[in-house]
Amino acid sequence: MDQNVDITMKVNGQTVSRRIPARTNLVDFVRYDMELTGSHVGCEHGVCGACTIRVDGAIVRGCLMLAAQAEGAEVETIEGLSDAGEIADLQKAFHERNAVQCGFCTPGMLLTAQELLTKNSSPSREEIREFISGNYCRCTGYQAIVDAIDRVAEERRG
Amino acid sequence: MKPAPFAYVRAETLDQVFDLLDEYGDEAKILAGGQSLMATLNMRLSTPEVLIDINHLEGLSDISSDGDVLRIGALARHSDVLESEHVQKHAPLIAKTMPHVAHQAIRNRGTFGGSVAFADPAAELPAVTRALGAIFVLQGRDGQRKVAADDFFQGLFETDLKENELLVGAEIPAIKDGERTAFMELARRHGDYAIVGLAVQGRLEGDTFADMRLGFFGAGDQPILAKSAIAALNGQPNNEGTIKNAQDALDADLDPMPDLNGPAEMKMHLARVLTKRALAELAA
Repeated sequence: MDQNVDITMKVNGQTVSRRIPARTNLVDFVRYDMELTGSHVGCEHGVCGACTIRVDGAIVRGCLMLAAQAEGAEVETIEGLSDAGEIADLQKAFHERNAVQCGFCTPGMLLTAQELLTKNSSPSREEIREFISGNYCRCTGYQAIVDAIDRVAEERRG
Repeated sequence: MKPAPFAYVRAETLDQVFDLLDEYGDEAKILAGGQSLMATLNMRLSTPEVLIDINHLEGLSDISSDGDVLRIGALARHSDVLESEHVQKHAPLIAKTMPHVAHQAIRNRGTFGGSVAFADPAAELPAVTRALGAIFVLQGRDGQRKVAADDFFQGLFETDLKENELLVGAEIPAIKDGERTAFMELARRHGDYAIVGLAVQGRLEGDTFADMRLGFFGAGDQPILAKSAIAALNGQPNNEGTIKNAQDALDADLDPMPDLNGPAEMKMHLARVLTKRALAELAA
């Protein structure tokens, strides 16, 4: 049987079609085929959250989904969210609150934080911690990240 | 790591799934949410020839209820189960469990049926289905058969599913008046596989335990219904002596495997502690 597949999907608003090996996972597809390297590859078995990507409006593990499964889907990466200005306030807060050190986890953290704030406009600090529990950060100790998300939640409530 | 090469088929019909299962047998893997399968493929613990993606099969994602029975389609995502009003109303034990099932990004893909069919003894949902007395609907080419959760799980990652069958849904008895629930697990990080945990449903008639069901995960080679502990509780008053008897009875029910979290004795100890806490929560 053919080990390649033809796929068509939207990546950050642009329709792309490619023929790729079926085993290509979504995060490798956006990194190598789309040359969008903001989504990172950490553990490759769903533990670290560095590969977080948004598919049809919901965050997923980019390493636990095949690119072939995104056929017809709207795929959004950190580059898309960033360029659209959708998470400008989160990025600013992460910067100001020093919620970034090496930056490896940051794209995944930002996408996860954005999904939290769309689902829950006033999360408690405990709820923030629970929601980002699937994203490892080995630098900050999380405190600053929780602070930054907490601040943006408050700002967005106005 | 990257998976070994495989072919990929997006199945549109059940017949197509059965054709491929007949043709490829062991060399075919069903891809539902993929949140366990993809990890095992990435680590090359599994190297199938063909993946059969069932995500586009119609009618397998519904969550519905007729008041007596809650039906959860095999392809219902964990996040859909988490947010379902049917589940909150008719199976509060599942509603209590779902926030502990992995993390949001994984819940957005992972499926109820996938978790049950994979039968990971450390996963929450298989144990919860045992505590609830769920019945699974297995589809073959020539029809369906129904298997109780108590008979479905048969060993480490082993179930009653035949090679050419597909789990298509679960039927869960709706909670009845007076039934109470509790869920407890101990994990190093919220959402990770628990070191050990349990789901409990049952009643207190006055001060007396009745119709108790305790389902344990991370406590053996399969999800476990703690029959000895249940026998120690039913018909007994809710007091220290009864709780102690139930805790002691767990020795006959559970057989945890030592792992990176610690030795079996430690898990037995934690199971006893969690049982006491869960029964207190149930009674509260």
